[in-house]
Amino acid sequence: MSTATKISGVGSGAALEARAKVMEMTQAAEDSVLRPNETGAFPHDLRAAIAARVARLNGDETLADHYAAHAGAMAPLADPSADGSAQGLAEVLHFVDKVAAQTASVSAGDVDDLRAAGVSDPDIVRLSELNAFLAYQVRLIAGLRLLAGDSA
Amino acid sequence: MTRVVRKFTRSVPVWRPRVVPVKLDEASAAQLEALQVTPSNTKVSDYVLTLAHDVESLKVRSPLFNAIMYDPGGLSRSERELGALAASMVNHCIYCAAVHADRHAKLEKSTEVTDALFLNGAEAELGPRDRAIFDFALKLSKAPPEIGAADMQALRDAGLDDTEILDLILSAALFGWANRLMHVLGDPVVETD
Repeated sequence: MSTATKISGVGSGAALEARAKVMEMTQAAEDSVLRPNETGAFPHDLRAAIAARVARLNGDETLADHYAAHAGAMAPLADPSADGSAQGLAEVLHFVDKVAAQTASVSAGDVDDLRAAGVSDPDIVRLSELNAFLAYQVRLIAGLRLLAGDSA
Repeated sequence: MTRVVRKFTRSVPVWRPRVVPVKLDEASAAQLEALQVTPSNTKVSDYVLTLAHDVESLKVRSPLFNAIMYDPGGLSRSERELGALAASMVNHCIYCAAVHADRHAKLEKSTEVTDALFLNGAEAELGPRDRAIFDFALKLSKAPPEIGAADMQALRDAGLDDTEILDLILSAALFGWANRLMHVLGDPVVETD
């Protein structure tokens, strides 16, 4: 079962059957950003914590809990009130939060700040892909819930 | 000289990366495979070369993108573009908005809808079906999403069936993703004299 169908509680119906391939590819995309072979500066537990944090910023506690369960020692970072300074991740989490929730106001300076904090260009792309995928998944799940008549 | 584009337009700007893209002659075998570079196809955009830094994601993202925007059945091509455009307007992705407004205008053989949206923003006067589609995609694109039962009912009242609604959810959500790459990792620029 895919994360989107599990978390939304919507696992069947003509629409999902028509788009079964898209749902399968969505799950493959999740695997590629949450559990990649090449992790760069972001190991799997940190990725899970960031995913939970982005879900929480978007008000999806069910999805947040799902990811936080895989965050291990990084679990405290799933709470958006944690600034990450204790883990040396203050700039990274600031960037994550801004890209997730104040997307329109992201500017070149935000990328420069991340570079100045020592994050490499490949890692900036990896971090953005993780964040961007979550933006998609959170909205897919929100839509699926409504489609099924569950406005919770 | 170049100038960063700050206003919505249907003229597609050049996308200038804020990070250094992968260099084709230094790309790994896995990167070349994901880029689908062959001796007869060596043209790869800076955008795709930038995303090649995360090759595992790039490899699954492109076919997913194409399936959501182009697979037959369900919501019309131009209405999927309208969902993409609404997301891009919320996230202020000038480049994405230009590409998808241009596609919408070409598919519809009319610039009426996109002219109105770029002139008057989300409050532009639209037909009832476009209005329901645009509003749903716009509210879904907010962070956190702001859709509710009334927005779903508006889609049903406008005549959308379940598959069309799922396609709208997917196309708008997909641009929540695409906008956070295009708008975050690069600038839309035009050449100036």
